[in-house]
Amino acid sequence: MTNLILIIITGALINNVVLNQFLGICSFLGVSRDMKASASLGGAVIFVMTIASAVASLLYTFVLEPLGMDFMKTIVFILVIAALVQIVEMFLKKTSPSVYKALGIYLPLITTNCAVLGVALTNVQNSYNFIESVLAGFGTALGFTLAIVLLASIRSRIREEDIPEPLRGAPIVLIAAALMSIAFMGFSGLSF
Amino acid sequence: MNKYTERLYNGLIKENPTLILLLGMCPTLAVSTQAMNGIGMGLSTTAVLILSNVVISALRKVIPDDVRLPAYIVIVASLVTVTELLIEAYLPALYKELGIYIPLIVVNCIILGRAEAYANKNPIGLSFFDGLGMGLGFTVALTLAGLVREVLGSGTAFGLQVLPNGVEPMGIFIQPPGAFLVIAAFIAVMNAIGIKTRQRELVESDGCDHCCANCGAMRTCPSRKLEGGESK
Repeated sequence: MTNLILIIITGALINNVVLNQFLGICSFLGVSRDMKASASLGGAVIFVMTIASAVASLLYTFVLEPLGMDFMKTIVFILVIAALVQIVEMFLKKTSPSVYKALGIYLPLITTNCAVLGVALTNVQNSYNFIESVLAGFGTALGFTLAIVLLASIRSRIREEDIPEPLRGAPIVLIAAALMSIAFMGFSGLSF
Repeated sequence: MNKYTERLYNGLIKENPTLILLLGMCPTLAVSTQAMNGIGMGLSTTAVLILSNVVISALRKVIPDDVRLPAYIVIVASLVTVTELLIEAYLPALYKELGIYIPLIVVNCIILGRAEAYANKNPIGLSFFDGLGMGLGFTVALTLAGLVREVLGSGTAFGLQVLPNGVEPMGIFIQPPGAFLVIAAFIAVMNAIGIKTRQRELVESDGCDHCCANCGAMRTCPSRKLEGGESK
């Protein structure tokens, strides 16, 4: 049990997917200009990443490994994730329009988010079982949401400040991310 | 300048994928802890990029337009798998150092971006040089970032001691925060000396990372038109 909690904490805080692993940087930097959009994207990522980890784990254990096609994992995972996102999108559109409306345009964009593929591959690398993979996916997505919502609130404050000309735009956002990353390094002391 | 060297110049300088277009930020931030890693990652990506450009260019009249993105992904993923196996076999040290970022070359925005913007409408020879130019541009930028971080963070360059013994290296630069700081400094310097980068798109996009792969918003996507416009 502690082991499972540890997987979530490691994914969310210690090995934070954006601030420590540098996956999903594009949407982290792009969408964080807007608080509401960040929260929606975070929700969509939690949704997709958890399901994708589950499906990737099942595929790996029951199809790829028995067939000895371990080397095919990159190709299989990316296609499965791409297809999965489209299915999830269609499913949500039909069954719960309110959730679909909230996650809106972000579902299709997540396909190319390298974090989703990254988590699926890391799970295999750490030889996680099904439950561990799902929790790792969930924890990682939680970490992504936490980071992007924090950056969005920092950026809403930066906007009012008088920033030196060359630092306006991307540099100041990256510096904010660097400071967050320093703060998150503190979690690496959390080893159980 | 003939059109082949023009492709190289375009990739290396004019539209440098990392420094000017600010694409492929994930690997840039992640593997730039040492200059050597930058070269290793850069050249692996270059190999995949050249091959994918050539294959996609060769098949550009065969692949139906509606399913081109899934087709590109399969091509790129196969090439990445081959590259990964080769690196694992012949350069085990590099394989260990780059780890998960080698399979993640598949989702590097530069590769699908070039397929979509250039290789699917240009002949094989030009696509080859486009891939070479873009790949080398990526390699140079990655090595530069790696060099800065390595000198500041561990006092060495390509593994050789450069800072005098009395100077304490600033360890933060080889830690994750250093990556953000160095790239921030690069963009700030380019802003200060008046080089135009795509920095606005980097921090104010709608989460689109210009890969377009399987993106449901593809048909109406403004950034896709922008990418298409660049390929003239």
